[in-house]
Amino acid sequence: MKIKNSQKISLFHIAWKNLARKKTRSLLTVVGIALATWVLISLFGFNSGYKNSLDRDIDNLGFQMLVVAKGCPYEAATLMLKGGTGLKYMNEAVVKLIVREPEVESVTPMLMQVVFDPNKGQSGGLTAFLGVDPATFPKLKPGLNFKQGGWFTDPAALEVVMGFEAAELEQREVGDLYLVPEKEIELKVVGVLERSGTQDDGTIFLPLKTLQKIFGQEGQLTSVGIKVNKEASLADFEEKMFKLPDVQVVSLTQVKTTIMTLVSTARILVFSIALIAILISIMGVINTVLMSVMERQKEIGILKAMGALAGDVFKLVWLETSLLCLLGGLLGAVLAVGTSRLTEYLIRKLLPFAPSGGLISIDAGLILTAIGAVVLVGLLSGVYPAFRAARMRPLEAIRSEEE
Amino acid sequence: MRANSVIIEAENIKKIYLRGTEKIAAINDLSVTVNRGDFIAFVGPSGSGKTTLLNLLGCLDNPSAGKLAVNGRTVHESGRGLSESQLTRIRREIFGYIFQKFYLIPTLTVLENVLVPFTFFKKEGAEKDVPRLLKKLGLENRMNHLPGELSGGEMQRVAIARALVNHPGVLLADEPTGNLDSERSLEIGQLLRQLNEEDGLTILLVTHNTELASMARVTIRLRDGRIAKQGTP
Repeated sequence: MKIKNSQKISLFHIAWKNLARKKTRSLLTVVGIALATWVLISLFGFNSGYKNSLDRDIDNLGFQMLVVAKGCPYEAATLMLKGGTGLKYMNEAVVKLIVREPEVESVTPMLMQVVFDPNKGQSGGLTAFLGVDPATFPKLKPGLNFKQGGWFTDPAALEVVMGFEAAELEQREVGDLYLVPEKEIELKVVGVLERSGTQDDGTIFLPLKTLQKIFGQEGQLTSVGIKVNKEASLADFEEKMFKLPDVQVVSLTQVKTTIMTLVSTARILVFSIALIAILISIMGVINTVLMSVMERQKEIGILKAMGALAGDVFKLVWLETSLLCLLGGLLGAVLAVGTSRLTEYLIRKLLPFAPSGGLISIDAGLILTAIGAVVLVGLLSGVYPAFRAARMRPLEAIRSEEE
Repeated sequence: MRANSVIIEAENIKKIYLRGTEKIAAINDLSVTVNRGDFIAFVGPSGSGKTTLLNLLGCLDNPSAGKLAVNGRTVHESGRGLSESQLTRIRREIFGYIFQKFYLIPTLTVLENVLVPFTFFKKEGAEKDVPRLLKKLGLENRMNHLPGELSGGEMQRVAIARALVNHPGVLLADEPTGNLDSERSLEIGQLLRQLNEEDGLTILLVTHNTELASMARVTIRLRDGRIAKQGTP
């Protein structure tokens, strides 16, 4: 910055130049604050992103309740959303018991099967098949749109409908044949779905009867999706369903609660890390500014001799602290946005279940709040060094270095 | 300028320090009057109280006893002095300071360093043309240099410019050539003399350097916190 003639220089300019004196120290402090901000933004971004994605996934299910065989509630929740492993079966007779309840608007029986396909990817992978009833399933999933073709021609047809990603991975189009791994049975592709952003994208749908026959699970189901009348009480209906033998009911509310409870454990861990990171960066700021003040005691004495009041010195030191925090906050925000995909990837690896959409949602409000919080914390941590500098008497400060 | 009008008046001032339980009188019943336009050099052996006296007269410190008035305002009387903020207001109105070390901000240019006092206080009638002031002090080609690029003599001249930018009534110089060789010391001495003669600037100088002291109009020799001798160099 060029200073013209006799114009005065701003306090900001002096503060900025003061920070530039010990570049490495200032930079390290800024990096410390940036890391704390990064963790803070990512954590809160994850909090809202995960919840939004979970809500979206549940909305896309198309039914409010799922009846599954008795077992671990976490597995049931995972099954409901992702169709995972550890499958438990129930007899399809349960469908008749459910349908007779007056609250039920429609039901759809489903059978999930998962097989290892050695030809999938570079070292093989799991393929999920979902056997669905062509008469009821499409009505409960109006959000599923076809890129090509349509649903099955017959309830027992040797046909498949492929999710968007499954079709891309297998490079199949309508009219192609699909070989079921391990079973050596060829099925005709009759439909390819558009991308839905849910687990349906990676699923291969078969008519329920066909899948039961191929895998030798005749009369068996893994789940039954239930849509309840709008006027019916979900809680009362749940009570009724709990009385059915050997099955358990998972409602959307339960799923959300179960998964969010599971996730909150991980969140507490991350929050603790964020808190530690913030505490460390506060200590870093106090240390940096305090050291800077102690090193400049004599100079501060001269400033006071030249006419700087205690308030001026306080403002100068506080401004230096604010600048460090603001820079750290901005850098942290850039890091959080720039690495959100990587963070999301790592979180997916850590969590037992993650919804299909974006896990981290960072918006301008969150960024501004986080930077504001960091600057506020920085300002608080700058109070002590600024106070020490402000209360120095000029003569004592000037003498200090010589003693 | 009111020539020969009193700007600082000290009557029987004392400064007593405690060293453990022992009381040390750094300044002992000393009276001195400084008129506008004076150029006084305080000389004497180490420990004679020169710097302590300068600090008292320049309102950097409060006397333990006696009366001190600056520009007609009582700064201290009978053990009662002004608060630190009141002293600051007097300091910035009346005094400019230079010390043995220059204490320039190393990351600011010469011009910026000289402008620093304006950030905190710009007196009515302060220097309007800082480059002209720098030119007068022989720094016209150094304005955009950093202190690290200057010689010791140049750095002290920058410190003098910084002290003069608010047009103080009195310039206090505490061993201003302590870090300089004899040639640069002489230059600074001549500069102070010039400022006194041409601009009528009141200067109070503390020095061990007899050659520098000879530039002053009046020399006051101190011994044990008292005036031992006063006269022209």
